[in-house]
Amino acid sequence: MQAFRKLDTAAASLTLANIDTDQIIPARFMRAPRSTDHGQFLFHDMRRGPDGEPRDDFVLNTPEFAKAGVLVADTNFGCGSSREAAVYALHDAGIRCVIAPSFGDIFYSNATKNGLLPVALDRETVKTIWRTLETANSARIEIDLEAQTVHLPDGTTHGFEIDPFKKKCLLEGLVEIDLTLLHSDEIDDHERASAEARPWIGTIG
Amino acid sequence: MHQSNRTQKSKAVGQPTTLFEKIWQSHAILEREDGTTLLSIDRHLCHEGSFHAFDKLKAQGRSVRRPDLTVAIADHYVSTNAPETGNEDPSRREVIERLTANTEATGIRLYGIGDPEQGIVHVVGPEQGITLPGIVLVCGDSHTATHGALGCLAFGIGASEVAHVLATQTLWQEKPQSLRITVDGPLGPGVVAKDVILHLISVIGANGATGSMIEYAGSTIRALSMEGRMTVCNMSIEAGGKAGMIAPDEKTFAYLKGRRFSPDGDDWDQAVADWQTLVTDPGARFDREVLVDAADIAPTVTWGTSPEETLAITGLVPDPGNQPDALRRSALEATLAYMGLKPGTALTDIMVDRVFIGSCTNARIEDLRAAASIAKGRKVAVPAIIVPGSTLIKLQAETEGLDRIFIEAGFEWRGTGCSMCVGMNGDITPPQERCASTSNRNFKGRQGPGSRTHLMSPAMAAAAAVTGRITDVRDLA
Ligand code: SF4
Repeated sequence: MQAFRKLDTAAASLTLANIDTDQIIPARFMRAPRSTDHGQFLFHDMRRGPDGEPRDDFVLNTPEFAKAGVLVADTNFGCGSSREAAVYALHDAGIRCVIAPSFGDIFYSNATKNGLLPVALDRETVKTIWRTLETANSARIEIDLEAQTVHLPDGTTHGFEIDPFKKKCLLEGLVEIDLTLLHSDEIDDHERASAEARPWIGTIG
Repeated sequence: MHQSNRTQKSKAVGQPTTLFEKIWQSHAILEREDGTTLLSIDRHLCHEGSFHAFDKLKAQGRSVRRPDLTVAIADHYVSTNAPETGNEDPSRREVIERLTANTEATGIRLYGIGDPEQGIVHVVGPEQGITLPGIVLVCGDSHTATHGALGCLAFGIGASEVAHVLATQTLWQEKPQSLRITVDGPLGPGVVAKDVILHLISVIGANGATGSMIEYAGSTIRALSMEGRMTVCNMSIEAGGKAGMIAPDEKTFAYLKGRRFSPDGDDWDQAVADWQTLVTDPGARFDREVLVDAADIAPTVTWGTSPEETLAITGLVPDPGNQPDALRRSALEATLAYMGLKPGTALTDIMVDRVFIGSCTNARIEDLRAAASIAKGRKVAVPAIIVPGSTLIKLQAETEGLDRIFIEAGFEWRGTGCSMCVGMNGDITPPQERCASTSNRNFKGRQGPGSRTHLMSPAMAAAAAVTGRITDVRDLA
């Protein structure tokens, strides 16, 4: 996984609540293997009109934000389906961090396993960020995962919470399976004990 | 530091615990310093979308730890018109073939094309007795919460986690918050499980249960059939919930008896004795409690593009003019524009273009019976398809003659699969068309680009099919 340490990048605002994963990447693009550039599918039906042409009024279509690395979204971002391709689409489009008041649980977890940092801040702070980005000379945000801070162009800094283990994995680009396999003995023991305690569960092979 | 049965019982005696905590504790292998727990997984269900996880595993040179605790089911990409081909479209068929190849390479049992027990993953699990009370079950699909209706902990995961389960048969999980929703009282005429869950989502909101597991309790929930309980648990994710669960009872045991992978003989008796302990103890604490009176629930439909945007069938499309918050007002205007709706329109004045009766929410036998009871002796006014939740359900419906009722009324009687719930197999609602649907998501474009979805119960969807408009089923009964 690509490590995440610091970011200093243009930040785009997306002020809609409940952006679901069907909007982040519509189902019809999910046949693509991971090696395909998923960035081309990002917000596909939101950023194009019915004729397939890019809409001028969609933030990521504007020259200023085409290369944004941070998205500042509203409540419940990434709700809906478990499709990890939603994270691939953001990641491949160059978005390495999403700031929102809350996230869909599965999306949040998928993000941290693919080098995309989800930052949950209360809605008032998110609204402040939208306003700052709108009025500041440069709509850039600095993010420091080690320090757990978001630094805005108006000079203010906001702290955020993240589970220490997810933070470590992101900072170092670790693959979780390797760490879990260090506990193989405990897993074996537990498996044996529960097969004894609940033999009726059996197998389904 | 794994939990033995003994520590679990002494804890249950010492201090009251919830159903969820009992299952969590018996599956906790170890706890990290930050409190994250390594959980053992009893059952893992895969489908075509799992190819990302198999690819990851291959790339990392790993093998599947417990193929004997894993099954794979083809459902999302299977054609409902020509199921024997998988799908006539080569690029869709190819995704099904990837699943076949991955299961062959790893020794995982596959319910594939032409299998007499194939169906939608969340229908097949309980139907085959793969889902059992007290287990931890995961699947790379957000509607995995469905299985919690049998009293297990079941939740959806992403592709990286699917790969983690394949490789280790475990998952790291933070303990979710707990929310108990208690619904009490008898349901009114024409009000069914789908109305209950749509109503609950509107009460707590589309993110009302984010980070939480939900236990559904109360006399209304207890009175639901197993099918109805699955409908309720299915849509837990539409309120943001990680899992939904209902304590197992005699109905659960009766449902499971004799299914393919259900325990039998001595194992059955032992199992039932254990399952009877799977209840939330009196006095156990939840982080949040919500109480709902069943009398407040009417036949319910969605009008917008979030599952929280629901109304009783007697309601009117909301007016953005009444919304004081400017951001919310413009969002509501955009939603109504997308849905092609005018403020103040009576829901029953909304014409529909097509009807979809199917999905893991509402394609079980009871759902098909309810739809057939409305279809009987009537004729469809718009194209309508019926997609049974599994091949076995299709067969049972045919044995009961439901297929004849539907066909005579002009419905299309299709093969099983996810179909127009998500449109991956090619069954879509065309742009700007309005679909009355028994599925679970009314997201923009969910049923096809530009599609407009109204979620409702099977009988309500059948009523819309025969009238061509959103209809109060109580007027047809
Ligand atoms: S029927 Fe719909 S919600 Fe259920 S598993 Fe299939 S696509 Fe997902």
